[in-house]
Amino acid sequence: MAKKLVTLRIDEHTLQVPEGMLVVDAARKVNVDIPVFCYHPKMDPVGMCRMCLVDVGRPVIDRATGEVVKEADGSPKIAFGPKLDTACTTPVSEGMVVITNSDKVRAARKEVVEFILTSHPLDCPVCDKGGECPLQNLTMAYGPGTSRFIFDEKMHLAKHVPLGELVWLDRERCIQCGRCVRFQHEVVDDPVIDFFHRGRSLEIITDSEPGFDSVFSGNTTDICPVGALTTADFRFGARPWEMVSAASLCSHCPVGCNITYNVRREAKTGGNMVIKRAMPRQNEGVNEIWMCDKGRLGYHFTESKQRLSEPLVRKGGELVPAGWDEALDLVAQKLREAGSSLTVLAGGRLSNEDLFNLRRLADAAGGQAVLDTHMGGGDLAALAVERGAALIVVNPNETRLDKFATHTLRYNPGELLLTFGGFLESAAGKVFAEAENALVFYGSNGLGLQQSTYLAYAAAELLVKTGHYGKANNGLIPVWPKANSQGAWDMGFRPASNLGDQLRQSKAVYIAASDPAGDDPALAAALDEAKFVIVQDLFLSETAKHADVVLPAAAYTEREGSFTSGDRRVQRYYPAATPRGLARPDFIITAQLAGRLGVELPAAAALVLDQIAAQVPAYAGLSYQKLAEVHEQWPIIGRSDVYYGGTGYENKHGLGVQLPCAAERGEKIDLPAAANPVLPSVPAGSLLVIPVARLYDQGATLRPTALLDGRIARAELALNPETAEKFGLQAGGEALIAAGGWRVQVAVRVDSHLPVGLGLVPRSTGVPVFGPTAVTIEPVQVEIKA
Amino acid sequence: MFQGLWTTLKSMFEKPPTIQYPEEKRPVRTRFRGRHVLKRYDNGLEKCIGCALCASACPADAIFVEASENTDEQRFSPGERYASTYEINMLRCIFCGFCEDACPTEAIVLGDNYELTFTERTGSIYTKQMLLEAVPEGVKTTPQVTPPGVFTRSVPEMKDPTD
Repeated sequence: MAKKLVTLRIDEHTLQVPEGMLVVDAARKVNVDIPVFCYHPKMDPVGMCRMCLVDVGRPVIDRATGEVVKEADGSPKIAFGPKLDTACTTPVSEGMVVITNSDKVRAARKEVVEFILTSHPLDCPVCDKGGECPLQNLTMAYGPGTSRFIFDEKMHLAKHVPLGELVWLDRERCIQCGRCVRFQHEVVDDPVIDFFHRGRSLEIITDSEPGFDSVFSGNTTDICPVGALTTADFRFGARPWEMVSAASLCSHCPVGCNITYNVRREAKTGGNMVIKRAMPRQNEGVNEIWMCDKGRLGYHFTESKQRLSEPLVRKGGELVPAGWDEALDLVAQKLREAGSSLTVLAGGRLSNEDLFNLRRLADAAGGQAVLDTHMGGGDLAALAVERGAALIVVNPNETRLDKFATHTLRYNPGELLLTFGGFLESAAGKVFAEAENALVFYGSNGLGLQQSTYLAYAAAELLVKTGHYGKANNGLIPVWPKANSQGAWDMGFRPASNLGDQLRQSKAVYIAASDPAGDDPALAAALDEAKFVIVQDLFLSETAKHADVVLPAAAYTEREGSFTSGDRRVQRYYPAATPRGLARPDFIITAQLAGRLGVELPAAAALVLDQIAAQVPAYAGLSYQKLAEVHEQWPIIGRSDVYYGGTGYENKHGLGVQLPCAAERGEKIDLPAAANPVLPSVPAGSLLVIPVARLYDQGATLRPTALLDGRIARAELALNPETAEKFGLQAGGEALIAAGGWRVQVAVRVDSHLPVGLGLVPRSTGVPVFGPTAVTIEPVQVEIKA
Repeated sequence: MFQGLWTTLKSMFEKPPTIQYPEEKRPVRTRFRGRHVLKRYDNGLEKCIGCALCASACPADAIFVEASENTDEQRFSPGERYASTYEINMLRCIFCGFCEDACPTEAIVLGDNYELTFTERTGSIYTKQMLLEAVPEGVKTTPQVTPPGVFTRSVPEMKDPTD
């Protein structure tokens, strides 16, 4: 329901804004700057800094009649308050008059800035915020030229306080606006930092272990109006005005956060363009103006020393450098020989363009296109997409999401029931069925490929049964493990039910951006049996070590492309840095290979997308121009007024396009019958373990970020204390877990929140558990030295 | 004609204005703007804190700075920040002296050296080691090991400029 509109006057502008809007926001609608430090458009106002003082007048109303009192000339009589009001806490009202440019207001601002600067160190030359600092800008615009306070009376506090290993605090610079504390409490709900002491000795502290234990901690450095909070990653990296920005996307998960890379030439790297930092780029439909620390810090893989810079060909058992022509000619010859027994295995971090070209190459050769994933159900994602909704969480173990859930359901993975039988009769099920709009997000937490595929079928069946499909804000959204797994499904890649066998039988295996050998020793053995292995990757991965030809790919930051997020929004990214060595973009390598096989594939990203639009029905009508379209978003941030929304970037390079769902396109989806998957039997003395995802995983693109070393997932087995005791395991100890041909030593973590009789193993940590698996457990005796 | 010969004869006994450069060098004026020098404090620490304000003030974009962090075990300059890379391209420099004006610590000074010759273009890039002045006698060069908590401030206390 549209809110009632209120008419008010701000300086010489008369405007209409929705009821309840704050004066400070209303002023922005007419480009009147009301300076603020503590106010932020994404958080509740607190009125702490007093910078936004304005003169507010309201029409005088006759108490007897309820009529507005008129002046002699017929205009309404306005009564101004005896003092100035804070624009950030005052909602607009009918007939209000706001004056922001009077001498009185100017004097107030000047005094507030002078007061805030009483204890500010003014070390702008060495401050990372210098150049994009709200305090610096507002002091220049509104502050006094000199201070009446004595320099010696300034508070001299610690300048180097690590709140955690990621974010550092400079106590002197803090102006106590509380934006960081409010962000953690209100926006993230991770209240790990707080105020301590009062008044002039107020300081920001962290009360978590490890310090500032929040995955969104980096955002506080964006919204900090001074240089009090800075990231350890960017510390002294460059001055803001020295860097150029390139619009990009985060490649770590399928949310598809819009980001901006700040790039600069560096002498240290021989004059190459180097990414200095990643900043959020506004997209109110995706990440608003925030991003997580994984995205913020996880770009270091692009500059890793381990990056491949030239093609390698196996000669006499060794991989030796070769030219592109030599490598491509050899690959083309082998592909021709392999014919239909070619397997193209792609990872979900490739762009749509790469995947499309790879698929076309596989089709041309008559081979098979396989997606390397342990989660299924992508063909149903086409079922298709407000706050204040009911949230039903169904999980085997407790997760952070439970805190926000209106209904929490637990299932025992031992008796995995995925048909949602009986769900609609439960209280949660009734809420679901009666909801106007309903979405099902499904992931592969604790599930393998087969189980998650059935889960998708079951969820789809449920949505169809309750009529929640084929319209906006309804449907099924997969929470993929990789940034572009959705795109891979759309481009026609499907997971293989038995990847090992398929690899073994292939005459040629073409692997791009995927590391099956590193994930699973069984697949490494299978690769050795394959006749010819081509690996196209950023690094010399475990798989690449088994390869006959290794082709160096350019990282996504070094080229153009597009990703399709989990909710099927296609977004494009732009080149930020220059490719490493001789590395080439994946889609160009594929096109060049195809050319040698007599198939013409486009070798420019925009042309590939044009072909995708022509050949993939869901992508019909897409073009790079369309993906680059923007419209004005609210709140307005990222312009010269960094004081308002922080240092996040305005989106000038495209908000992306939401793909229509299959029903909207008039297609019919065949719903496969949901069935309960077969679970491994758990013999006596064994334990059922399930794989769970960790944010800071050991993926190839996150490992090179040294700063996250302390927080990255390790090989561990998490158990309930009761279960641990049964297997003779102790918290903090080690255990050997084994199943079908592998044995891995893991750390033991005991957690009373976990269900009894179940073990949790993080994915990507070298433990080859990809679905519910029965394992045997042996405690490792730790020698205690006297 | 005799007048002319007299002038010639007179000039033969005058002291010649020519000097035998490079054996002999003429002193420069006090405000001469020659090659830059990066100054040090008396204790040997570098005045430059790597703030790159000189680079941003430079109209010819001749200066390039990269900063890194000081520790008490490895201290180059007071405060947290120092210039780990400092390069001036003398072919681009127009010797305007804006860098001096921009410097918050008076670290960069246009000195009296005007002998800038190079045989190749890369030689025109003067690195930090070439620009830094020598440490005063009896003082250790940078990086120094310093007691903790002493050199916490990058910018020395402001005084009203006197000249």
